[in-house]
Amino acid sequence: MITLNYVLTLSAILFAIAVAGVFLNRRNIIVLLMCIELMLLAVNFNFVAFSRYLGDIGGQIFVFFILTVAAAEAAIGLAILVVVFRERRSIEVEDLDTLQG
Amino acid sequence: MFPTILFFTFAATLIAAALGVILARNPVYSALLLVLCFFNSAVIWLLLDAEFLGIVLVLVYVGAVMVLFLFVVMMLDINLAELRKGLASYWPLAVAIAGFVVFAMINIIVVKHLGGMSMRTAPALAANYSNTRELGTALFTRYAYPAQIAAVILLVASVAAIVLTLRRRTGGKPQNIAQQVAVRAKDRVRIVKMASEKRP
Repeated sequence: MITLNYVLTLSAILFAIAVAGVFLNRRNIIVLLMCIELMLLAVNFNFVAFSRYLGDIGGQIFVFFILTVAAAEAAIGLAILVVVFRERRSIEVEDLDTLQG
Repeated sequence: MFPTILFFTFAATLIAAALGVILARNPVYSALLLVLCFFNSAVIWLLLDAEFLGIVLVLVYVGAVMVLFLFVVMMLDINLAELRKGLASYWPLAVAIAGFVVFAMINIIVVKHLGGMSMRTAPALAANYSNTRELGTALFTRYAYPAQIAAVILLVASVAAIVLTLRRRTGGKPQNIAQQVAVRAKDRVRIVKMASEKRP
């Protein structure tokens, strides 16, 4: 049987990989956005697992809303990325220091 | 027994693909491996009896979000050699933080058993249980107002994405439809009355 701790451990490992990815790919904004998607996926795993094992459909409803907001976030994030690339011809995080004064 | 084997197979593939996402040199490979991640997650959600969300994950994420990612990755002309520089210098910090996160979570989940909850197996479902019907019933009754807010968020996001990326080219010669429609004949044509010239 799949017990709850299998799924939670998988989700923890997935989240840790995504956090490591944020540190490893500090130059490339696109991969940073993908790492954020991975983190959201790990969180969704927790919601689905708890929803199933505690018998409460509310967790799956919450995953539904997280998917909605994540889709909106990806669309706006990529739009901002396209505008930044058009302005600066680069998507490196270190080049985005205009607000530093 | 068989679902457990399936779970471990797909979980191993999922973790391998996630490692590939963060380690791949080329963002296109990262995006494609992320698609693999979403497929494996969808299968594991199916194993957890969340059928509707598993299918929605494939449709929304693989079908829309990742296609958008791939489109942007391929549209931008990225200098890969420049991005690759200095990639490796942060790995001790990354491994340390990831190790700490995994250690802390596993300490709570596996060692302390989450207050005795984590060895729990899934409660049996009724024979005529329909995940989609349950979700729909909850979504359109208790969560009807949040569902409408989610719709507004999607609308705002699509409008924002269009407004951000819309580029007005300067120097073009587009039609101004309103001006064209509002034209009156007497603004354009002037009828001049004058006496005809006499031949000298």
